[in-house]
Amino acid sequence: MKVSLFATCLANALYPDIDLTMARILTYLGHTVDVPEGQACCGQIAFNSGYFDDAREVARTLIDSFEHSEIVVGPSGSCIAMIHHYYPTLFENEPAYLKKANDLIHKSYEFTQFVVDVLKTPDLGASYSAKATYHPSCHATRLLSIGDAPLTLMKHIKGLELVPLTEAQLCCGFGGTFSVKMPKLSTAMVAEKAQHVLDSGADLLVGVDMGCLMNISGYLEKINKPVKTMHIIQLLGEGMKS
Amino acid sequence: MTMYDPTVDQRVDKALANDFLRLATRRATDRLRNNRVKAAEELGDWQKWREAGETIRTHVVANLDFYLKQLITQIEKQGGHVHLAKTPAEAVTFVKNIVREHKAKNVIKSKSMISEEIHLNHALEDEGSTVIETDLGEYIIQIAGEPPSHIIVPAMHKTRQQVADLFEPIAGHPLTSDTPTLTRFVRNKMRESFLQGEIGITGCNFAVADTGSIVMVTNEGNGRMVSTLPRVQITLMGMERLVPSFRELDVMLNLLARSATGQKFSSYTTILTPPKQASDPDGPEEFHLVILDHNRSEILGDKTFRPALNCIRCGACFNVCPVYRQIGGHAYGSVYAGPIGAVITPLLENDWYKWGHLPFFSSLCGACSEACPVRLPLHDLLVKLRARKVVGGHTPKIEHQIFKTYRFFFTHEKTLRKALRLGSKLQWPLVRNGRISVGIPPLSNWTNSRTLPKVSPKSFMQMWSELNRN
Repeated sequence: MKVSLFATCLANALYPDIDLTMARILTYLGHTVDVPEGQACCGQIAFNSGYFDDAREVARTLIDSFEHSEIVVGPSGSCIAMIHHYYPTLFENEPAYLKKANDLIHKSYEFTQFVVDVLKTPDLGASYSAKATYHPSCHATRLLSIGDAPLTLMKHIKGLELVPLTEAQLCCGFGGTFSVKMPKLSTAMVAEKAQHVLDSGADLLVGVDMGCLMNISGYLEKINKPVKTMHIIQLLGEGMKS
Repeated sequence: MTMYDPTVDQRVDKALANDFLRLATRRATDRLRNNRVKAAEELGDWQKWREAGETIRTHVVANLDFYLKQLITQIEKQGGHVHLAKTPAEAVTFVKNIVREHKAKNVIKSKSMISEEIHLNHALEDEGSTVIETDLGEYIIQIAGEPPSHIIVPAMHKTRQQVADLFEPIAGHPLTSDTPTLTRFVRNKMRESFLQGEIGITGCNFAVADTGSIVMVTNEGNGRMVSTLPRVQITLMGMERLVPSFRELDVMLNLLARSATGQKFSSYTTILTPPKQASDPDGPEEFHLVILDHNRSEILGDKTFRPALNCIRCGACFNVCPVYRQIGGHAYGSVYAGPIGAVITPLLENDWYKWGHLPFFSSLCGACSEACPVRLPLHDLLVKLRARKVVGGHTPKIEHQIFKTYRFFFTHEKTLRKALRLGSKLQWPLVRNGRISVGIPPLSNWTNSRTLPKVSPKSFMQMWSELNRN
């Protein structure tokens, strides 16, 4: 298959290794990977703040950049959920782009969803020794319904022990611009999430959305109780090196 | 111009500093949530029930004029009086006039959120009447002079000791804070009030259009006393709170009781068709139904927000909301808190300065929408409210500038690359131990409680281009 990567703005700027590893894994699985130029962001930052016009413009740019792609895969449940859940609303009065948006919806996947549900290759032959806990991020589970795809991948990693996270379904308090617009609420929320991570006894926190992980690990580091945190792609990448 | 009521931050600070409130809220909402999940599973096919609930509510709201007319005709035929209140002030006046006409000194009430919405108690007290809330939770907050902190559990934020302290001056003697002592005191007090009540004011969970019946769900039975002992009954009802017939009521009561408290059925489900007819052994001789609009007509006419009228006030969204969990209800500042309060308050009150913060009391995690028994897309409505606020010009100019800048860079990817590279070079003053740890606003809103990774010297897009070139 020819797979186009949606780098996502956060990974592009702060965690480029995630995108690189995603390309490496998909190539390893026998697919041709490309990264269409012009893509930048799904528009969620503006959309969630109520700036729909600005979001629409950014979304159009994204839609255009993937116009000729067969399959689009991104390392974030939230960004893919933005496309699936909100692009129809965003372009409800713009038939031409609504059609293009629907095309993108039908060919785009979050990484774990793509590997487990589409490619049906849950075992990537990875091994990694750690006691890990998994944070199911809200948009990936509630808006995109990726279900257990990430856990399925984690269960196939040799040496990885999975421990449960109490109240796992609770939002970590990231919420994109929410984290800086409502810092006190956001901090109270991440404090609880971080406590659950500490209480889990895990030495590794894993997730599918770098925004949430950046929030939880950033808080844990600030309170001097850092816990190693990895995006599932980073974890698989490390595990596949051996 | 200030676009934001400064008391919002003060309320949030106060809530966050109140460890008891936060623990109590967390415990109570967890219990209610777990009960709901269990009660929903017991019923089986919960998603189908939710769909049925959504269908019924959507149908009623879409045909509200028809069902209201049917209800009003039916009630008047039975000898009841109906008052249509356009505003909260009008609703208060209707009630006041009835109380005045009967020269009633003792008014007893069962739980009604509409009564909170129109701030009825003080208005009646100013008229010289004694008003007694007979729902335990409402009674506690009435004495404390506070608004409800949860639509189902209004005194969720009070400890037993605080309740004992509130009751003592009324009892006139010391009270221990054990539950039997406190409930015994309230039972005795309420019995007295029930017998003295000249007018009973009730809420209305549903009105059945084709029979003109009023349905109330309570767990203390006080609703029955309030609607049978006094000679005059006034029922307050939100304009949208209707079901066509008993068939639909069956579905809605299942959804309501299970979602609110996790009960199969509430302890008392009262269905009344007042006033007392010649063949009835008891019941009020005079019945008034006050139907409150308060901008519900405007919501009805607004395609985007019309679904907000589907809410059945079960409170399930409160019990899963990670924001409500941290701060409880009072920090919202509104009569209706939680996700549904954040949606409907700005729509009902139409005042962005005072209520514009509410759509932002959400991380848009979607837990509310998932829990809603009538499938309200609450988090979608919150985003759309934010958009309404922006389009209406109720957000600061600087924010518009920020998003214009964002829009420019994220529609010009090549320029974005350069900007990121520049950023990676200029970020060193903010970096401690390899992480961005300090900042000026708005970055400090992040860095005060969290660190951030450094901007990569090369963005992924840059790396990929270079890899492909080689």
